[in-house]
Amino acid sequence: MTKSKADEEDYWNSSKFKAFTFDDEDDELIRLKESRQAVNSIQRLVEEDDDEDDVEKVSWSGEPVGSISWSVKETAASNQRTDREPAFPKIPTDTPSLSKSQSGYSLSSLFKGETALSDSSIRLYAPELRKPKSEYKDYVSDWSPEETIQRLQQGKTAPLEKFRSLQDKLLLLDFAVSAHDGNVITAVLIYLKRTLSKEVLFRELESRQTALRHFIHYLTETKDQRLLLELLRALGRTEDVALLQYKEHLSIADENKRRDFLKSCLSLPFSAEDSAHVQDHYTLLERQIIIERGGKVEIFQKFPRRASILNMPLITTLYYCCFYHYSEPEGTYSSPLNIRQAFKISEKQYFVTALAARAKLKAWLDVDALFTSRNWLGFTRKKSPLSFQRVVDVLQKNSAPTQVLQDYVGLVEDPDMRISLAQKHKCHDIVINTYRDMKDRQQLLGYRGKVGRGSAEERKIDELLNNQQIRWKN
Amino acid sequence: MAAHLSYGRVNLNILREAARKELREFLDKCAGSKAIVWDEYLTGPFGLIAQYSLLKEHEVEKMFTLKSGRLPSADVKNIIFFVRPRLELMDIIAENVFRCVYVSCYQTPHCKLVKECYLENDQTSLYHTAKGLMTLQALYGTIPQIYGKGDCARHVANMMLRMKREFAGTQNQILPVFDTLLLLDRNVDLLTPLATQLTYEGLIDEIYGINNGYVKLPPEKFAQKKQGEASKDLPTEPKKLQLNSAEELYAEIRDKNFNAVGAALSKKAKIISAAFEERHNAKTVGEIKQFVSQLPHMQAARSSLANHTSIAELIKDITTSEAFFDNLTVEQEFMTGVDTDKVNTYIEDCIAQKDPLIKILRLVCMQSVCNNGLKQKVLDYYKREILQTYGYEHILTLNNLEKGGLLKPQTSSRNNYPTIRKTLKLWMEDANEQNPNDISYVYSGYAPLSIRLTQVLARPGWRSIEEVLKMLPGPHFEERQQLPSGLHKKRQQGENRTTLVFFLGGVTYAEIAALRFLSQMEDSGMEYIIATTKLVNGTTWIKSLMDRPESQTP
Repeated sequence: MTKSKADEEDYWNSSKFKAFTFDDEDDELIRLKESRQAVNSIQRLVEEDDDEDDVEKVSWSGEPVGSISWSVKETAASNQRTDREPAFPKIPTDTPSLSKSQSGYSLSSLFKGETALSDSSIRLYAPELRKPKSEYKDYVSDWSPEETIQRLQQGKTAPLEKFRSLQDKLLLLDFAVSAHDGNVITAVLIYLKRTLSKEVLFRELESRQTALRHFIHYLTETKDQRLLLELLRALGRTEDVALLQYKEHLSIADENKRRDFLKSCLSLPFSAEDSAHVQDHYTLLERQIIIERGGKVEIFQKFPRRASILNMPLITTLYYCCFYHYSEPEGTYSSPLNIRQAFKISEKQYFVTALAARAKLKAWLDVDALFTSRNWLGFTRKKSPLSFQRVVDVLQKNSAPTQVLQDYVGLVEDPDMRISLAQKHKCHDIVINTYRDMKDRQQLLGYRGKVGRGSAEERKIDELLNNQQIRWKN
Repeated sequence: MAAHLSYGRVNLNILREAARKELREFLDKCAGSKAIVWDEYLTGPFGLIAQYSLLKEHEVEKMFTLKSGRLPSADVKNIIFFVRPRLELMDIIAENVFRCVYVSCYQTPHCKLVKECYLENDQTSLYHTAKGLMTLQALYGTIPQIYGKGDCARHVANMMLRMKREFAGTQNQILPVFDTLLLLDRNVDLLTPLATQLTYEGLIDEIYGINNGYVKLPPEKFAQKKQGEASKDLPTEPKKLQLNSAEELYAEIRDKNFNAVGAALSKKAKIISAAFEERHNAKTVGEIKQFVSQLPHMQAARSSLANHTSIAELIKDITTSEAFFDNLTVEQEFMTGVDTDKVNTYIEDCIAQKDPLIKILRLVCMQSVCNNGLKQKVLDYYKREILQTYGYEHILTLNNLEKGGLLKPQTSSRNNYPTIRKTLKLWMEDANEQNPNDISYVYSGYAPLSIRLTQVLARPGWRSIEEVLKMLPGPHFEERQQLPSGLHKKRQQGENRTTLVFFLGGVTYAEIAALRFLSQMEDSGMEYIIATTKLVNGTTWIKSLMDRPESQTP
């Protein structure tokens, strides 16, 4: 589909995706307003009945009264007010240090000597309430692997401990997999994990992909990092191993330990590009630790920091250095230019970050210097890897004064855009000059009404309007 | 309360009733007073089938949310835990209980899959989906034709057929309600959820997020100024509203393109105003009585209008912003295939401004999908910029997106997206937002791929797009289930056929709107019922693929 150049331009100029713009902005707004007015006027009419106007009642928290989530909160609250009697069999009263706060203390302290929370206590059945005696035989009956799986699937109890041979255990697993019920598969896997050696378990899982997926999911959920790593290594999934290990840095709070950990990650078998990123991550933290210690006192007193730079992203670090360490020699770790080099930051990113930081400090000379390049004749001109429209945007966000803004507004190439920006920021000279260049007498005349009476701008407009040499287009 | 479920052609209340019955029977299994400990996640979905009053009737006296540590006290005979079958929750329960207490794990009723119900999406969920579909067939009859596209779809169909064989011998004697089941894997259409939805309901979800049929909104526009009252402090609690088709006005506007909502609201306002004006004409006692009897209904309509006017105003503030427009323009450029092979300046600028990472990822993924993968150089550039700006730890998130197929390097030199776009007419110029004649109105020009597949299946059939089906991931298939001879439907002249469309891995509100639009089209001859494992939008979807998304909130 090669549109001719002319076609294409025509297309862009004419439509540029009109979809989802309002045909008639005002019309649409008026419609919503109409609706709003109607609502308000009727409301006055029925005000007194307002409280019972809705289909359902809503509590203070916004949930409908009577809904389950509302009731959970209600009964919990009423519970706090009234009885404090424990629902469960009374805890021996000599239990040490039971705080009076509602639920702050952990139960595990009461389980001293018990292994209730360890892996081995996970029951492999979902017990039913109040079993009639007749069902008691369920516990002692002799189920085959297939029957066992069927019972588990129906939510009934079935002991797994009696399957002792490897062959039986694998039969269990295979029946569970072919039943497709994830809960049953996991139950069997937990049993196998407890009773088989890792080598055997890993070997058997390798030929059972579905079971393997469930096992990996189980280890991930239970955060059994160590075993998961061993498993992935045994399977030869080296990149996954590397990423998983790298991920652990997130749980290390101390920056020096984190840095050392990242350093140890460098030798992991990442893909080539991830390896470069991890290297950068390490280098960055190493630098941040150094930067955190340095800097001149005065500027920190004048502009106190809001947070430490440790563990911040690279661009945030660059901004920080453009703010506090801007003029340092290029050889230092905290010099912005050094950071740019070391991490190969793109020209645009560097530029926009430095611009924002220096503008924030109102260091307008630095801002100006960013744009200045000399050509071989020694003339200076302003150049930017960023559109000047975006430059104005950044400066304005950092509350640059009009004198500064107008230098950059004047450099915006598109005349319409230039005028609208100039009007917005009250850069009268630019508006006037642009209308003059466009030979738009009508617009200039119109703008005369917007400048101060008797001001220099007004005089300038009058001069232009009286200038016989300009050939106005209207 | 749930009357709106019976309006449609398929009476979904049957399903709701079945779930209520199951719940009641379960509660009665434990005699005596009881307390329920809730997995907080489940209170919403359970709220769709039962109120607290039902539980109370069955001797539920206390309710708590599941937390680690010790349970609060309650003087009851039974304690019941209602939890999702998740490993980490089991550990909490283990912490909660002593040996001498009876515990029962009652799994989420697996039939809760239609329309407003959810299931966590993982491998196990496919099994529950198949089981749910079997329950559905037990209630609504065997579905004679099954179509599907994608790996998960194939998997679910296989499980269903196997489960059916296990039941061999017992014939289902219910006259089938559904003619066709279509199983669609979200993997087949990665593009649609990434695009910004432009229907009213879709935008509410994009901007504020709808959870179990509720939305929380900023309260400012809902503050009621009463006459003669000094302006009170503005409310700070978010305003929570329920959204469903039981509300007449919402049913009318939820599926409209947002640009058509203003007109609909103003029309409604005129009707309601006129109705209130009627009181001046009421002269006789009989007339006044008549007017008064209508007041409750009119006031409900008034309050509904007030709410939706406020919501529309909130949304309009956003859709008319420059940022929204710029973002949408780029999305539309990608979907029409403009410059998808280059680094996009807008994305670059958004990164430089540190816009939310999810927004960036959504756009980059969309560009990748619309270009059948990004050129290695482009992909590397984006990755670098993202890691430098948002932190290197996002290597993990980027890897997840690559595993999910949302972000990938171009492997073959041929980009087949344009072929898919043209064959399926995914982009329609001049989409009519006010009086739509095509599903593309839901994205103001883009017709969701998943729904086009559904539409083509009904007419002229998938055989006509064999080539494109091969380009999309995963197998496509057709299965037939034999019906007992007495149950073959004798179709009346002009009677619609009914298709159940099951989205595996999530569906957006805009896609639902598009399907409802197809149902309403006079000549379509097809009624669609929608089922899914999850309701998604671009943000929630990307979030579910991120590593530690919670660390993203600034």
